[in-house]
Amino acid sequence: MSSTRTDSKLFGLLVEFETPAALLKAAEKVRDAGYKKFDCHSPFPIHGMDQAMGMKRSNLGYLIAIFTIIGAAAGLGLQYWVHSIEYPHIISGKPLFAWQAYIVVMFAMFVLFGAGAAVFGMLHINRLPRLHHPVFFSDRFSKVTTDGFFISLEAADPQFDLQKTEAFLREIGGAYIERLEEK
Amino acid sequence: MKFDQKTYRLTDTDSIGLKAFIIGDLAILLSLYGYFSDTGQFFHSYLTAFTFWTTLSLGALFFLLVHYLAGSVWCIVFRRIAEALAANLPYLAIFSIPVLLGIGNLYHWSDPQVVAADHLLQKKSAFLNVPFFTIRTIAYFLIWSITIFLLYRNSLRQDIEKGFDLQSKLRRVSAIGMVLFALTLTFASFDWLMSLDPHWYSTIFGVYIFAGTYLIILSFLALFSLFLRHYGVLKETITIKHYHDLGRLIFAFTVFWAYIAGSQYFLIWYGNVPEETVWFLQRWEGSWKYLSLILVFGHFAIPFLALLFRAAKRNLKVLGSVAGLLIVMHFIDLYWIVLPSLHSTGVQFSWLDLTTFIGIGGILLGLFWKRLVSRSLIPVNSPRLSESVKYTDS
Repeated sequence: MSSTRTDSKLFGLLVEFETPAALLKAAEKVRDAGYKKFDCHSPFPIHGMDQAMGMKRSNLGYLIAIFTIIGAAAGLGLQYWVHSIEYPHIISGKPLFAWQAYIVVMFAMFVLFGAGAAVFGMLHINRLPRLHHPVFFSDRFSKVTTDGFFISLEAADPQFDLQKTEAFLREIGGAYIERLEEK
Repeated sequence: MKFDQKTYRLTDTDSIGLKAFIIGDLAILLSLYGYFSDTGQFFHSYLTAFTFWTTLSLGALFFLLVHYLAGSVWCIVFRRIAEALAANLPYLAIFSIPVLLGIGNLYHWSDPQVVAADHLLQKKSAFLNVPFFTIRTIAYFLIWSITIFLLYRNSLRQDIEKGFDLQSKLRRVSAIGMVLFALTLTFASFDWLMSLDPHWYSTIFGVYIFAGTYLIILSFLALFSLFLRHYGVLKETITIKHYHDLGRLIFAFTVFWAYIAGSQYFLIWYGNVPEETVWFLQRWEGSWKYLSLILVFGHFAIPFLALLFRAAKRNLKVLGSVAGLLIVMHFIDLYWIVLPSLHSTGVQFSWLDLTTFIGIGGILLGLFWKRLVSRSLIPVNSPRLSESVKYTDS
């Protein structure tokens, strides 16, 4: 067992709940108690969980907006430079700066940069890719893919106090509580 | 306006339907005077107004078809409004008679002398001739009327009979109706609008009209629900989340409209074939240029930027303004398609544009209102209604 090792540091607490409804209620209580660094784990998405956990709306949209504009500007800039400055050829009677023709590439770059920002921004905000997480030290946690509903509360949270937090989790209906080690 | 919270019916309707009906009748009478004073203008204005109100009802039909096919829950609260609007389609068949009578004034492919001197029109005459055009128009309205008849009747039966049986029946009707809708809308727009310039063709034209069609029904639903909300009707039923979803769809379809309009323009610009470019060239002539630019900004850029932010879609004032703007823009869009074939040098507004629009619209909205208030405003026994009312988004 990892808890017997001496070099390990406490990561936090893992607490299990019986039902999705209980998990939702518990998340609200943990949020109201002022904890910030905690996460909920369930086999399927639970409606209203974002609110129950007190999560704010993601800023990803703004990131995507910035990148789409950069992408479209890059598409326009590239074509302007190619067609008007570096290789000024008249093609099928169109003017050198034929903006109509550039829209397709601008749109494609707009989408490409936007999609890239969405995917990689999402990964960054979620702190992914991550190869391991202390919750996986728990044998019990494998239930999370079938019928387990868990909250993991990190010791790094300023509110965290091992005894008090453990008592608190038991009070809000945690059926099973386990201490998680860092390594 | 009084509203019964138990039956979801309007008990006092301020005789809005009757008022609309009377205004419509007066406007039609005025337009009749215009028919004698300026026949060409009358038919062109009439065609613009007729296609506007037809596309509104067709949009409502499409809204229902998608709703049943996708089994979507959120839009159940809008269903009665869309049904009452789409049920105008049989009446629109009557309003199509002046268009058929005006074929000679509207479509120069109907003139044998013009066709005799035009090789291209001779080749197209197998499709573009008066009898076949009339048969097609009748066929469109027959198909649309049967579809909405089946949908509306079964939906009303649901108020009495409970259960999912009717729901699956509605879905079956919608599956066939959807295929027919795509074909009929495409060919109707080819016939009524694209053949105004029989030399010109654009295969994407039907989709272009569809984009505007769906956009105005969404805008109309938003605006009409806000109108009801103003009187405190269905305030708790059509919630901010429903408006938010309408806003999302309106936002998406402004982009869709721009994408289709842009594609149509772009391919023609790129190909640079004279018989295709002439259409856009004509719409860049004189003051038509400004109308073209108004469409680019009013139909796309302004609604797009206005609805880009989540808060804007949930702000009923912003959503209502954009919806109103888009309804005006759809009319301008159709005006921009139809009228250059009459006034080729520049925009010439006529009072007939207004009277035909109000005439057809007044009568149809009067019928719509009468139909709407004779029943409960939401399908009270729809199996998934409670989900729609309680609908939450994430």
